[in-house]
Amino acid sequence: MTTVETSSTLGDVLGRRSDKPSVRRAFFAILGRDIVVTGKEIGAFLAQVLLQPLFILFVFGKVLADLGFTTNNYALVLLPGVISLTSFLTALQSTSFPLAIDFSWTKEIEDRLLAPLPTDFVAVEKIVYATLRALVAAVIMFPLAYLMLGSLSLSWSDLPMLAVFLVLGSLVGSAVGLTLGTFVEPQRMQLVFALVLTPLLFTGSVQFPWPALEHLRWFQVISALNPMTYLSEGLRGQMLPDTPHIPTWICLVALGGFLTVFTVTGAVGFRRRALD
Amino acid sequence: MKRYPKRPTNAVDELDFQVPPGEVFGLLGPNGAGKTTTIGILTTRVVPTSGVARVRGVDVAQNPVLARSMLSVVPQRPNLDFALSARQILLFHAAYHGVQTAERNRRADALLEQFGLSDRGGEKVLQFSGGMTQRLLIARALMHAPDVIFLDEPSTGLDPQARLFVWDKIRELKAAGITVVLTTHDMDEAATLADRVGIMDNGKLLALDTPGALTRSLPGSSTLELTIRYAEDDTAEAVASALANIPGVERVDQVAMAAEGRPDGLIPEGGGDDSRALRVRLYFTGDAAGLVGPATQVVTARKADLAALTIGEPSLEDVFIHLTGRDLR
Repeated sequence: MTTVETSSTLGDVLGRRSDKPSVRRAFFAILGRDIVVTGKEIGAFLAQVLLQPLFILFVFGKVLADLGFTTNNYALVLLPGVISLTSFLTALQSTSFPLAIDFSWTKEIEDRLLAPLPTDFVAVEKIVYATLRALVAAVIMFPLAYLMLGSLSLSWSDLPMLAVFLVLGSLVGSAVGLTLGTFVEPQRMQLVFALVLTPLLFTGSVQFPWPALEHLRWFQVISALNPMTYLSEGLRGQMLPDTPHIPTWICLVALGGFLTVFTVTGAVGFRRRALD
Repeated sequence: MKRYPKRPTNAVDELDFQVPPGEVFGLLGPNGAGKTTTIGILTTRVVPTSGVARVRGVDVAQNPVLARSMLSVVPQRPNLDFALSARQILLFHAAYHGVQTAERNRRADALLEQFGLSDRGGEKVLQFSGGMTQRLLIARALMHAPDVIFLDEPSTGLDPQARLFVWDKIRELKAAGITVVLTTHDMDEAATLADRVGIMDNGKLLALDTPGALTRSLPGSSTLELTIRYAEDDTAEAVASALANIPGVERVDQVAMAAEGRPDGLIPEGGGDDSRALRVRLYFTGDAAGLVGPATQVVTARKADLAALTIGEPSLEDVFIHLTGRDLR
């Protein structure tokens, strides 16, 4: 038993509450908490989110081309898809996994749910935080891809639209993750991820331009249901305007639509878990 | 009132009570009585199906943000942030509540010291013992200087030292003018700490008063137990009926004396004959001390030997069992 020297009373320690509740301050403090925690494990975070896309890019874009199974141009088609994959899946995993664990096991989110801000804002914070993580991962992919492939099909004028797509796509990924993390029972999480992630990975127009699927109609229809398709195609349209791609405006509208739907379902799921 | 979907009964029903500022209020009840749901409603985490809950005049359902700034929760199940160190847990809690940087550093250090955790502040909390976890949970709850603190079974699962420490801190909270609402099924805890106690079961409040008033109100619950050896020409029945005639005595029971339960003072000389040993329990309402004199007089007048005399004051537990029954939950 620790002996405690109490030189002062609890009353002396606390004084009186003088701070008015500020929703803005609470929101940024919660965001700050998540950023501090990520900062502590930045190496693990980057390894976790970059390893898979880098290997895909390396094997499909470099190794297969060197072996003569694909042309060098394929790497150019693949890169926008791999960046799409990096940001979308990073965002999705940054909301779904932590929330599933938080709500069912550690309950550590409860202290934030009792902070003086509306409950929905805690969900919004999760989306913002996951989007930031996704953007960091996506931005780091560009120099790494340049080092690996030796060239990038990119000009400065592409950047604004690329940024719009990356932000929008990451937001959609976060909202999908919010929905999964709050609706799926944690003990089923592994199963659901196996059933969701793999199809998501291969129907998101990562490895091929969507219009090229016109001779494989059923697969083209399935791919059109994957939100990631519109991120991949949007990025491809900016980086490789001459490659056939889904028109930019359709990509923007589709991503906006998915964002609306999954934000609503995510918010419903979050409230269901946060409030009794 | 709170009703959960697919449940036949209401989890909390027609609950109506007020806790004045600065009071320590104990909510007592068996498992599943609705204590935690009540705390959940008052702390904005459970949305009531109907009815109004206010904390310092603020309707918690209408204005949860303002209510949260004034209240604090020490949950039944620890919910510390495993990604942070103990000190960071305190600092971030204060930051969520808008406490300025310098002030939250000062409070964190002072509270770590107060709760005997100064040397553990830099550690993550996964390896903390139950007692340390509970101390940190209370320290965290104090970081934004709340007006009201809710403690859900604060000493369940703690060793005696940790429990006494938590009790001391609760007394200090009261001294600091903080309103304390605690749930417990530990009768000692309620009797020791609470100014007033509400006993609830099946979602309803069954009684609400000071611990003293609750025990005094229990009919025929004070007892005086006499162990005697009556005279050769006397009978057990005659002694018992004489004792029953003392004014104020409501009932007299003869208590069975098993062989191993035979009181030391009554071992008959030469062994064997203990047929004249008798143990009786007198039931009455009110103060036991006043009954000791008359009872001894009756015993002496009948030339019986008095071997032992035990006063039984009713405890909060008797009140609790009286109100909620003996059935297992």
